[in-house]
Amino acid sequence: MRIRRLLVANRGEIAARVVRTCARLGIESVLAASDADLDQLPARLADRVVRLGPAPAAQSYLDPAAVVRAAVAVGADAVHPGYGFLSENPALARACADAGVVFVGPDVATLLAVGDKLTARSHAVAAGLPVVPGGEAADLAGARAVAAEVGYPLLVKAVSGGGGRGMKLVRSAEELPATLDLATSEAAAAFGDPRVYLERYVASGRHVEVQVLGDGTSAVALGDRDCSVQRRYQKLFEEAPAPLLPAAVHAELAAAALALATHLGYRGLGTVELLYDRDRQAFYFLEMNARIQVEHPVTELVTGLDLVAEQLAVAEGLALRIRQEDVVLTGHAVECRINAEDWAHDFRPSPGRVDRVVLPVGDGIRVDTHVQGGSVVPPYYDSLLAKLVVHGTDRADALTRARAALELLRIDGVVTTAPLHRALLDDAEFAAGGVDTAFFERFLQARRPDLVEVP
Amino acid sequence: MDLTPDDVRDVLRALDSSGLDELHLELADLTLTVRRAGATGWTAEQHVLRRPVVERGDEPAVAAEPDRPRAAVPEGLVAVHPPLLGTFYRAPKPGAPPFVEAGDAVAEETVVGIVETMKMMTPVHAGVRGTVAEFRLRDGEFADTGAVLLLVDPAPGTAGPGGGPQ
Repeated sequence: MRIRRLLVANRGEIAARVVRTCARLGIESVLAASDADLDQLPARLADRVVRLGPAPAAQSYLDPAAVVRAAVAVGADAVHPGYGFLSENPALARACADAGVVFVGPDVATLLAVGDKLTARSHAVAAGLPVVPGGEAADLAGARAVAAEVGYPLLVKAVSGGGGRGMKLVRSAEELPATLDLATSEAAAAFGDPRVYLERYVASGRHVEVQVLGDGTSAVALGDRDCSVQRRYQKLFEEAPAPLLPAAVHAELAAAALALATHLGYRGLGTVELLYDRDRQAFYFLEMNARIQVEHPVTELVTGLDLVAEQLAVAEGLALRIRQEDVVLTGHAVECRINAEDWAHDFRPSPGRVDRVVLPVGDGIRVDTHVQGGSVVPPYYDSLLAKLVVHGTDRADALTRARAALELLRIDGVVTTAPLHRALLDDAEFAAGGVDTAFFERFLQARRPDLVEVP
Repeated sequence: MDLTPDDVRDVLRALDSSGLDELHLELADLTLTVRRAGATGWTAEQHVLRRPVVERGDEPAVAAEPDRPRAAVPEGLVAVHPPLLGTFYRAPKPGAPPFVEAGDAVAEETVVGIVETMKMMTPVHAGVRGTVAEFRLRDGEFADTGAVLLLVDPAPGTAGPGGGPQ
């Protein structure tokens, strides 16, 4: 069915991003906003705005009933859930189906299959993907048996966790009982599911992921990304393609992601996250994200595609418009996440009023944001303010342009992580490329930003 | 509607050849200032002025709770304020016992709660040695920076003038 009116059930930069594609495609956009967001930039950009609920996310962006109610009230054909919040929530997908509204995302069965990490892992194995050695730990005896196979150090992960939440490092056999107990009770509290599993801890791993798009029958791989610059599993900087990998590895990554998407009969936009072991030069399946990702613009810049438009097309039931041989990657793209956080004070959040926003513009520069002078950054949601995305002929060119663009970017009134990105871009190890996920903590230790005067 | 990035680039191309350094556009619901920055760079400062007309879902709107008058801090008690504005929690996680209850003894560094700001948790320390007199905010309530989370009855000899009226 043709989508003529789309409910955007999200906030922040991704809401503005989806609204922009709607405007380009002639789709009427209706933003479902909480009380904190009714007059923010995405609401000013959308064709219409409907109130979703009170500011706390649990009563608005995280309430499937409120989202469906808003969709029905405005007569939307489809709901775009963005990322985070309910984007991978089977209850929302089911409620949409019951109300006769298209959920812009995979079907309920796929969401269930990839949302549960153990099920996702078994699907990956069935599709022939390598997985990190490990297994379920139903109790301490089971955990000890798995640990004997994978060795220490190892990770305890919540089956229903994700995005780095619900992971704990166990260094030795002595730590296992206490950490297992803690992980189990935290998983029950945080995810409503106490199940955990154990996995070998890869000491020097890179976070590499492949963008896929499927129509339920066939799928295409749209290149890879590297998101290894992370703090506490939160990504800070991403790039496409993943640097310093042999062409054969890029091809293997794509083939693995395609195998999984095909095995799942995947319909929608998705990301297959992989761990690249630098020491062993091997990669393992980590998880699959059944939604658009924050870092999707780097893929858009190197492929020239509008991923939201493609996502809407497959949600309409159309067959893929892109053949694998048509996917051509041009140059290199990088993304700096500008967050309302003070990196000089342990990344303390900095909500408040934005006084002024001045953005770099020009060829190869894109800033996705939901703030302008006068915007309020509420304390209820995450701290992402803007994504500075820069396209260059190669990685060195992209980094040089990103440095210049960062010098021009100004977001006044709240403290931002823009100075952090300036320091990051000046770091020699980072500039060389291919850093592992442990890099950023080392970088922070060396920089000691609390001792550096930050303008 | 705002200008798309393509529109802005078109403006830049026109400007690049014009030799102008700055252009200020005022449209009905948008202002845009484009400035030359250095040899090759440009910046844009945009304001979308349109005020959205908010439609209601079919759920009746819940009237916002009126701000409760800020109760005065009784003589001799010390107010504990949040380090940042955010949602106040009295326990480390849902279902867990509270960090402290009224009547409990606390020291300066005792954690009496946490505030969640932008998905990040910051501990709230008592800041004074004494006994918890009462909680002024419930678990899960939003705390502005000036909010009184709880009151502490300071131990003798600790209630210096440092706290002062909040």
